[in-house]
Amino acid sequence: MLATLTTLLAQVQIREAGSGATTCQGKNEAFCPSYVIDNIDDYVSPVLEHLVLVLASVLAGFLVAMVLAVLSHGRRWLIPVFIGTTGVLYTIPSIALFLLLLPITGRGTETAIIALSLYNLQIIYRNANSGLANIPRSALDSGTGMGMTKRQLLWKVELPLALPEIIAGVRIATVSTVAIATLAIFAGAGGLGEILYNEGVQRGVFKTNIVFGSLLAVSLAIAFDGLLILVQRFAAPWRRARAL
Amino acid sequence: MAEGEGPVSAVLAIPAFLGSFGGAIDFIFSQRESVQAGEPIGGLSQIWDLLATQMAVSILALVLATAIALPLGVWLGHRGVGEFAAVAIGNAGRAIPELALIALMVAFIGTGVLNVTIAVTILGIPPILTNAFVGMRQVDRGAVDAARGMGMTELEVIRRVELPLAVPTIMGGVRTASVNIIATSTIGSIAGVKTLGDLILGQATYGTEGVIAGAIVVALLALAFELILAAVQKTLTPRGLVLQRAAARVSA
Amino acid sequence: MTGQESAAGGSEHAAASVVFRDVTKRYRGAEADAVEHLSLDVPAGEICVLVGPSGCGKTTAMRMVNRTVEITSGDIEVGGTSVTERSPAQLRREIGYVIQQIGLFPHRTIAQNIATVPALIGWDRERTRARVRELLELISLPADVADRYPAQLSGGQQQRVGVARALAADPPVMLMDEPFGAIDPINRERLQNEFLRLQAEIRKTILFVTHDIDEAIKMGDRIAVLREGGRLAQFATPAELLMDPADDFVEDFVGADRALKRLALMRVSDIDLWEAPLAFAGQDTAEVRAKLAGAEVPWALLVDSDRRPIGWLSDRDLAAATVPHRPDSSPDPVLDRDDVLRDALSDLLQSQTHYAPVVDASGAAVGVLSLDVISDFLASDQAKVEEHPATARPHD
Repeated sequence: MLATLTTLLAQVQIREAGSGATTCQGKNEAFCPSYVIDNIDDYVSPVLEHLVLVLASVLAGFLVAMVLAVLSHGRRWLIPVFIGTTGVLYTIPSIALFLLLLPITGRGTETAIIALSLYNLQIIYRNANSGLANIPRSALDSGTGMGMTKRQLLWKVELPLALPEIIAGVRIATVSTVAIATLAIFAGAGGLGEILYNEGVQRGVFKTNIVFGSLLAVSLAIAFDGLLILVQRFAAPWRRARAL
Repeated sequence: MAEGEGPVSAVLAIPAFLGSFGGAIDFIFSQRESVQAGEPIGGLSQIWDLLATQMAVSILALVLATAIALPLGVWLGHRGVGEFAAVAIGNAGRAIPELALIALMVAFIGTGVLNVTIAVTILGIPPILTNAFVGMRQVDRGAVDAARGMGMTELEVIRRVELPLAVPTIMGGVRTASVNIIATSTIGSIAGVKTLGDLILGQATYGTEGVIAGAIVVALLALAFELILAAVQKTLTPRGLVLQRAAARVSA
Repeated sequence: MTGQESAAGGSEHAAASVVFRDVTKRYRGAEADAVEHLSLDVPAGEICVLVGPSGCGKTTAMRMVNRTVEITSGDIEVGGTSVTERSPAQLRREIGYVIQQIGLFPHRTIAQNIATVPALIGWDRERTRARVRELLELISLPADVADRYPAQLSGGQQQRVGVARALAADPPVMLMDEPFGAIDPINRERLQNEFLRLQAEIRKTILFVTHDIDEAIKMGDRIAVLREGGRLAQFATPAELLMDPADDFVEDFVGADRALKRLALMRVSDIDLWEAPLAFAGQDTAEVRAKLAGAEVPWALLVDSDRRPIGWLSDRDLAAATVPHRPDSSPDPVLDRDDVLRDALSDLLQSQTHYAPVVDASGAAVGVLSLDVISDFLASDQAKVEEHPATARPHD
């Protein structure tokens, strides 16, 4: 998908260089680098807003997910309850969820962050839960055998060993959220959706912004993905990150 | 009593937003005048029109995505080739914003049901492909070796052994695809297809109650798809596999 | 039991010989042959064990028989026809296949699992059902497991089902790749014994792969010891292998305790026992003491009127005028003439007594086995000459 996008972009640039026109904005050509360069300031705040949406919702989702995971770890009957509830929330399309929150939290960043957090919650909880469930019995036995209390076992053995899987969940959640957060524009929360929709589709289908906005979103996703691959390696030095 | 004010206003706030939902539900069931002009909006017949369009696009896209991705993923998984591609496509699928895809579609290919269906299908393919691949690879190698060793042809190995055992993973992919598809078909309304997104993105015409009504119906539609697919998964998952997983959980 | 008669199935599918002719396998991209110029002749109805260290190509050699690995050069004949003359699927349906991972299909019932090949070759329902029932009886599983799923069975039961599944269409040849490798030692021994009993009835030609020389000696009518590169180091009966290893490699692989291992090939009845000084309740103790004076065993064995051992008589028992009805110590362990010598030895060692009465099929004492008897036997020439005929192998 990304490859197609880059090829498209490359072709577009070649065509643009060939025509040598400076009115590419007026002609609404596929991509108009000069427009982007001239108006680069206009892109800063949507990108920052997008970053805030992603980081805040991943952090909130992560914290709640970890609390739920630790809670359900010792109480197995809670697992299906949590999986079921978070699963239902995950099923509801984000755009619907944004607007279902409208009467409760109104329009704005807050609403978007709550809705996005609920998605991250589901993804991270599932991973944390299976990470904690897959701890080798031998590690638990030797921990208990050495006299660790339940709490020590959790903090010193179980959570560190589940960490790679938890971070894998954070990675999936982050990358998905970068994409989904473009819809936050419909919750009145800004972000890259502003470039794609308000400044793109709604502005007489202004192609440059649609292309550039897509590019920004995908680049941001790739950047986060790369960053979290590094974190994965760092967090689990005992096993090679099998990242793709 | 100043202290009493917090709880009291909180109590009052509940009916306030319940009121919005009430209005939204009213919007679903009875017609009214649009915000600006005297056009009739809302009511079951309009909701049904939008819902029917969205369902048609979604079901078609889900069927198409499955028809494309499932055989491919199953074949790659059976052969054990193309792991990098299968996983990378899954990852890429998550990174592509549905809004960007629809906007690009509008900008470069055009609007209309066909184009939207294609865009929606594209977003349904990655999870099905990746899960089909992974599901096939996860099947116990001993069972596959035994199947071959007893003289099953490759097609028989797939049909009688690998496919039944990969059902839960494959259906997981189909369910994720369904979530993507419902979400994307909703915003198909910006590409000229009148789905429930028309309500959600049309506050100027439909008012807040119309927006919320749209959100409610989309959420219900997504849940209905999820329930149906969960039921399909349950029906297709072989009982022996359920027992095996239960046994593994007990011994873990 | 009638089921077992027909399960033997000799009439329909007689066992077929398996012949390796100068078979070589080189995997694509590999620098050396996995199997190099292997020639073997496995007569119909025998168990041929392929044994060797890991990486010796034993599994590769076995897998070429059903073409789950393709032959690079040379040929393998099953029942006189080359394996390359049939399509792989066709060929495999005629050859039973049992693997270490068992590989039961978790989504199919036990009956469906067993009926895999019959279903592939289109047996009708009635015939299949009868065959499943017959096989469950043969592997001593209750008929009601038929409708259960593999996850509901223990590991040992699953392995038995794996064997039954391989036998379902009554194939003349079976391939078994470390079939008992994943089973715990106690159950493994039980499964081995069961399988030998089964084989005595069904008389299939079996290629059996293991890395365990003890298992090879126990299971094999013939053993092919392979060394790296699938080269045949020795192909011989277990006795020959233990008695006369072809070279240092085989000697090393067989182990320094090969004299002891020979005990696995013999039964108690194969060696000369000591005479048991028998005593009967109520007998005059003086008579018994006189008998003991000339005996190799220092204690008298109290037996009932059918000469069945009741216990060993102590000095205190013999201090009375007549032999008591209840002696001080029990006769355990009591060995059977048909017991394998190695098992008998381990019973003796575990029991702390150095003697054990040996009884025949009716339970009557026929002699005494002692550690001395066994060590004398191992030292004697008899241990080196006596050959255990493959067809009359112990059914312990």
